[in-house]
Amino acid sequence: MPFPLPLETLLGKPLMYVVFGLLGFAFGYVLEISGFGNSKKLAAQFYFKEMTVLKVMFTAIVVAMVLIFAAIGLGLLDYNQIWVNPTYLWPGVIGGLIMGVGFIIGGFCPGTSLVSMATFKLDGLFFVLGGLTGIFLFGETVVFYEDWWNSSYYGRVTLMDLFNLSNGMVVVLVVLMALFMFWGAEQLEAIFGKRDLKKEPRLRLAGAAMLFVGALAVLFMGTPDTAEKWARIAPEKEALLTERKVQIEPGELLANLADDRLRVVMLDVRSESDYNLFHIQGARRIEFHQLLAFAKQAQAQYAPNVVYVLMSNDESAATEAWRILVAESVPNVYILEGGINNWLRVFAAAESDITPTPNPPGQDQLGYIFPAALGSRYEAAFPDPHHWKLEYTPKIQLQLKRDKSGGGCG
Amino acid sequence: MTSAVSAKPKKNFSWKAIFQRPEKPYVHPYLGGALLGVVLFLAFFLTGNGLGASGGLNRVVVYVQDQFAPEHVDRNAYLLKMAGGDKNPLDDWIVPMIFGAIVGGFVSGWLNGRLKVETNKGPQISTRTRWLMAFTGGAIMGYGARMARGCTSGQALSGGATLSAGSWAFMFAVFAGAYALAYFVRKLWN
Repeated sequence: MPFPLPLETLLGKPLMYVVFGLLGFAFGYVLEISGFGNSKKLAAQFYFKEMTVLKVMFTAIVVAMVLIFAAIGLGLLDYNQIWVNPTYLWPGVIGGLIMGVGFIIGGFCPGTSLVSMATFKLDGLFFVLGGLTGIFLFGETVVFYEDWWNSSYYGRVTLMDLFNLSNGMVVVLVVLMALFMFWGAEQLEAIFGKRDLKKEPRLRLAGAAMLFVGALAVLFMGTPDTAEKWARIAPEKEALLTERKVQIEPGELLANLADDRLRVVMLDVRSESDYNLFHIQGARRIEFHQLLAFAKQAQAQYAPNVVYVLMSNDESAATEAWRILVAESVPNVYILEGGINNWLRVFAAAESDITPTPNPPGQDQLGYIFPAALGSRYEAAFPDPHHWKLEYTPKIQLQLKRDKSGGGCG
Repeated sequence: MTSAVSAKPKKNFSWKAIFQRPEKPYVHPYLGGALLGVVLFLAFFLTGNGLGASGGLNRVVVYVQDQFAPEHVDRNAYLLKMAGGDKNPLDDWIVPMIFGAIVGGFVSGWLNGRLKVETNKGPQISTRTRWLMAFTGGAIMGYGARMARGCTSGQALSGGATLSAGSWAFMFAVFAGAYALAYFVRKLWN
């Protein structure tokens, strides 16, 4: 999936910032031609005389939404790699209410006030100065209630997760809701603003129809599932597997666990009974059906120094899980070479009560016998990295996710 | 003798040409909205980020603070994230975006004859009251926008289009807050 583009690696930072500057230019230009530099036009929204704010905002949202989800459905755009505002429910709602109050008193929101200032409106200039002051005050006072400000965190949660509906279904419903709101807004304008709806351009009905058809197209296209996503990237990624570029030796895992610049997340995909018999200390057991949800969380909590290491008894189940996480564009995923059996061959040789099975184990079967299900309390579960100086070929290379930023309003 | 008009040397530049272009009407809201939607889509499609404004202003504020009181910035967890140590708070995509937006607004105002030093206000209040209210409202808005982790652009537009649940809750809260107070401040605008 080529989009979004890895702009920083593609263009370098200065040119990347030029792209953002151009997008900002278009943003400011469109706000201005819509009348958003004029506070009277903005405030009229709240007296039902002129619903420009609602019309422009919701048209923008639904048009962008239909285009975004159409691009996702066509496999052009990777939803996992675009910024979706994480939900901090109550700070968002209370902050939103405060903003609404500021909106009706001041007559702008931050973006529109910039445009107003740029066209020499003095009320816009004062609003910008006030806005900078408010932002300054927030930075100085948030320390007093930081716990609350970071509370009610739900991560990257979408309307699809909330209502348990498909992308296409939510897109259709949101378009219908917006069209209904536009109809209602026009009725209100006719009543409170004495506007003659007969003079409105007929073309808007064609636009509404186009939006609805676009939403239906998104619904019928569906969303590529993990298997389809994998199929698109398979040629490139299968090569990594066959060239053994992502299978890390036990020595590398141990060295990285001891490296406090990295956060190594070990994911054990074996059965619960095998996990209870023995697992590496700190490894978390995960079922295959949980991997998709895990990938979403990994995206939401992205940090550049996190490395994921998958392990099974040999490599087969871990490789299957690797394909899922990579298809869902989780960065920095590796496989423990030879799996737990190989780990034990290296680290459990001196432990007399862990013995190899008399016959070679079947595919992805545990190759050792344990006297008891001690989990990670065997010594081989937490080898001392200073004691074991193992030679290995380093394979872990941290790669930055495409959108490097905090996104949104930064 | 030629007439006085033609005798004047032709000026290539005149302030009049910039400030007194014929004023054009605003575009229809649905057209403006559709264009804004395309810009928003392009931002996500090309860069993976949406649009934003208050985050950029925030970084400008923190930059100024970092010039005067870097130790203070390093002691405040919230400011530290943007400007701690040798981090430059202006080194972020959202900063070129807000400067682009200012230029874009200016160019549009210029082309459409709307560059005019004026104060838009309701008929019942003085210009000074309007300025005071604009400043006060701006301060409230700026505070709320940072609490909500984004303004109308970064939360409502960007989060709305990518269907973030929290952004939708935020958006309804903004409208609710404004409508709840609108009646009591009607003198400001009507």
